[in-house]
Amino acid sequence: MSLQTVPATISLTLKVWRQAGPGQPGGFESHRLEQLSIDLSLLEALDELNDRLLRAGQRPISFEHDCREGICGSCGFLVNGQAHGPQAATSVCQLYLRRFRDGDTLVLEPWRARALPLVADLAVDRSAFDRIIAAGGYCSVNTGSAPEANTILIGRDQAASAFDAATCIGCAACVASCRNASASLFVAAKLAHLGQLPQGQPERAQRARAMANQMAAEGFGGCSNHLECEAACPKQISADWISWMRRELRGG
Amino acid sequence: MSTTFASGQPRGSGSPAAAPPAPSPPQLSSTPPVPRLDPRLPAGPLDSAWQRCREGLPLISPANKRKLRVLVVGSGLAGASAAATLAEQGYRVQLVTYHDSPRRAHSVAAQGGINAAKNYAGDGDSIDRLFRDTVKGGDFRAREAGCHRLAEISGAIIDQCVAQGVPFARDYGGTLANRSFGGALVSRTFYARGQTGQQLLYGAYQALMRQVAAGQVELLTRREMVELICVDGVARGVVCRHGLSGALETFTAHAVLLASGGYSNVFYLSTNAVKSNASAIWRAHLKGACFANPCFTQIHPTCIPAGDTWQSKLTLMSESLRNDGRVWLPAQPGDGRPAAAIPEAQRDYFLERQYPTYGNMVPRDVASRRARELCLEGRGVGPGGRGVYLDLAEAIRRDGREAIESRYGNLLEMYARITGEDPLTSPLRIYPAPHYTMGGLWVDYHLMSTIPGLFVLGEANFSEHGANRLGASALMQGLADGYFIAPATVTAWLAGHPQPEVGADHPACRAALAAAEARIAALRPEPGRSPGGRTATDLHRELGLLMIEVCGISRSAPELRRGLAAVEALRQEFGERVRVPDHGPGPDEALERALRLEDFLGLADLMLRDALAREESCGAHFREEFQTPEGEARRDDARFAHIAAWEQREGASPMRHSEPLAFTAMAPSQRNYR
Repeated sequence: MSLQTVPATISLTLKVWRQAGPGQPGGFESHRLEQLSIDLSLLEALDELNDRLLRAGQRPISFEHDCREGICGSCGFLVNGQAHGPQAATSVCQLYLRRFRDGDTLVLEPWRARALPLVADLAVDRSAFDRIIAAGGYCSVNTGSAPEANTILIGRDQAASAFDAATCIGCAACVASCRNASASLFVAAKLAHLGQLPQGQPERAQRARAMANQMAAEGFGGCSNHLECEAACPKQISADWISWMRRELRGG
Repeated sequence: MSTTFASGQPRGSGSPAAAPPAPSPPQLSSTPPVPRLDPRLPAGPLDSAWQRCREGLPLISPANKRKLRVLVVGSGLAGASAAATLAEQGYRVQLVTYHDSPRRAHSVAAQGGINAAKNYAGDGDSIDRLFRDTVKGGDFRAREAGCHRLAEISGAIIDQCVAQGVPFARDYGGTLANRSFGGALVSRTFYARGQTGQQLLYGAYQALMRQVAAGQVELLTRREMVELICVDGVARGVVCRHGLSGALETFTAHAVLLASGGYSNVFYLSTNAVKSNASAIWRAHLKGACFANPCFTQIHPTCIPAGDTWQSKLTLMSESLRNDGRVWLPAQPGDGRPAAAIPEAQRDYFLERQYPTYGNMVPRDVASRRARELCLEGRGVGPGGRGVYLDLAEAIRRDGREAIESRYGNLLEMYARITGEDPLTSPLRIYPAPHYTMGGLWVDYHLMSTIPGLFVLGEANFSEHGANRLGASALMQGLADGYFIAPATVTAWLAGHPQPEVGADHPACRAALAAAEARIAALRPEPGRSPGGRTATDLHRELGLLMIEVCGISRSAPELRRGLAAVEALRQEFGERVRVPDHGPGPDEALERALRLEDFLGLADLMLRDALAREESCGAHFREEFQTPEGEARRDDARFAHIAAWEQREGASPMRHSEPLAFTAMAPSQRNYR
């Protein structure tokens, strides 16, 4: 059967950043993986490698992952210097080996940013993002106090635009791809989600200030318009929202 | 008060004459009463029952709420919404999640939508109609009172989510858009493109983070519950393992809420996130919480089929594709030609052939069963012959390529990314995959388990979906439990049952901690010994293959018995051969996987027992011995119109209890899709 033929395979060399913990020494470690099915994702190739390490009594490689369908935002590391790897609009869990050529070497490194301290190997601590949301990324409405849903009318395009901004999965690829390690795209996306909707108006100005202040306090850098964040974003969130955020912060 | 409470009703051991002789399953001989299996259903008419119940519940003053601590396990729709709401009310809340952030919980992956009986479409929908659809969809294996309450609350959920800024789809006039979903005759499903779960979760997450900022909620991220703490039979806390340091910590509270999701990953490959697991509910079960209907698991017909051994999950393709896709297989077994080379006359559009009325839109379980049967006959396509075609060609000819692309754009991209095939030029390959579990911890109308003080919310409990869940009802149930039901009933429990303070030095806490320590120590290799030869992943894969074979789409007594023996063998192998080396502090995913697998192995055993004991076909539970001559499910209301609730016993097999179901609003009917 044409579809039942043995799937094509490739061999890869993975150069993986290994570091047992924040205070520990780190360095690259090379692993050769032979005859991998091209229908595997890169994370599944790492699973296979980890199984091998485990059987050999060695410490497996730490990397964040969960849903493996590009929506939970857990995964993310640099593949040959690119956040989430070479495929546009794709988180690394959705990066399949058929994207690569037989014999390729892939360098895997964690996000590198002061505000995202290393946990181990390819995993970093992104709790700063939660603290930025806690600073004001919500509409203050207690359960039970909501008006009937259709009393708030929102134009179709306006709702769609808010949705586009709201699809941010909080993976921090924007930070990792930015030379200033800025979280501007993440913050702007949340401000644009809520700021475009009538529900978000009462706290709009205060929200923008509080979230921007928290971003700075966490040690993220400023934006200098390189737009690498937009290119790396697996949800293709537009960097135009960063300009929009600046106007918000000026009180425009 | 309780009206229909009758626990431990003896189950008829003599089958009705119509039923074929079935081998008697284990542990059914006697069912002594379980005094705690009282559903506490409201008395009187259904349609105002929840309101009457709520108004009769005791309250707690704001000053006293401040002194009470509530522990929530899980940060998905149910957990985050409950934690946020309880915190708004003044309780001090701690929230445990194994994720690095509450926003990662698997609710985020729900695609389709959320039902609510708003009747915005003006198509005749009502609370009563959603209630009836839920009971019927569950194939008359859920409580009427619970289903009615769900329908009653559904509208307020949408109001709440909209107020939070959830960007639902809108019509041009600015009102909320609705679509029909999962074969419903009315349009009652609210959606945010194909990412409804994500947007609802972010709404709940943001409400939660607001309470974190207010100091009302303490987030305990990267912690996984490994043990429940009970003091004098009342749930008072949990033992967690920290995902980075590996430290075991105890957290105590005045009430414990489990909202830890479902257990589809017992099948290893499912549409669930890789880390989704049953440990929280299984540990509670071992401590005395009855487990209800564990064999009720839903299989979703349209997923991308499994391929390589190292494949880590199955990806759902929204069911909406069946609106435009035609399902077919080559008519000739072993036809190895690519799809395009098979002429129309040599294709078998088997759903359209077998179900002329509903065609490709037959319910999930029917579509899944037919696909499996044909693949077992050797007619499947793709790797291992486990797949059927879902063909968009005719819809593309009819509506144009652009229309189909805009309708399913994201989905088709995702398919192409995963398979490397273009679904616009060749048909998609799909196969059924485990997706949702209706079973879960038994809870009463107040969402309290058989352990006093232990509440169970969302997919983790067994409530409301009966033997099969309606599309777009999972999100509704999770949020109903979290925003509206638990905050009322937890308050009532705390008001009526003042609990003494319990600290980490309490003997019960120390005992639970010691038990968790011992369990982990047993998984480490003895000094100087190498790892045991099997990894947890390896064994989990084997468990999954077994479970999908014997307890998946189709079940039979001989196969279930074979499964019980095989699971027992796997449990032994786990005990003897899975050893996880200790590399010191730092993430230890191998240990996490082993701990979860140990619990899945116990649960697998219980699922098989439950499937064996339920000698009928209902909803998603299809027993081959119990079908009509046309091959459709045959329910047995005389013997099985009840909820099965299992209890673990020290040194003995688990015991099956039953809670009878009464149907007053509608008479149980048999479905017919031919």
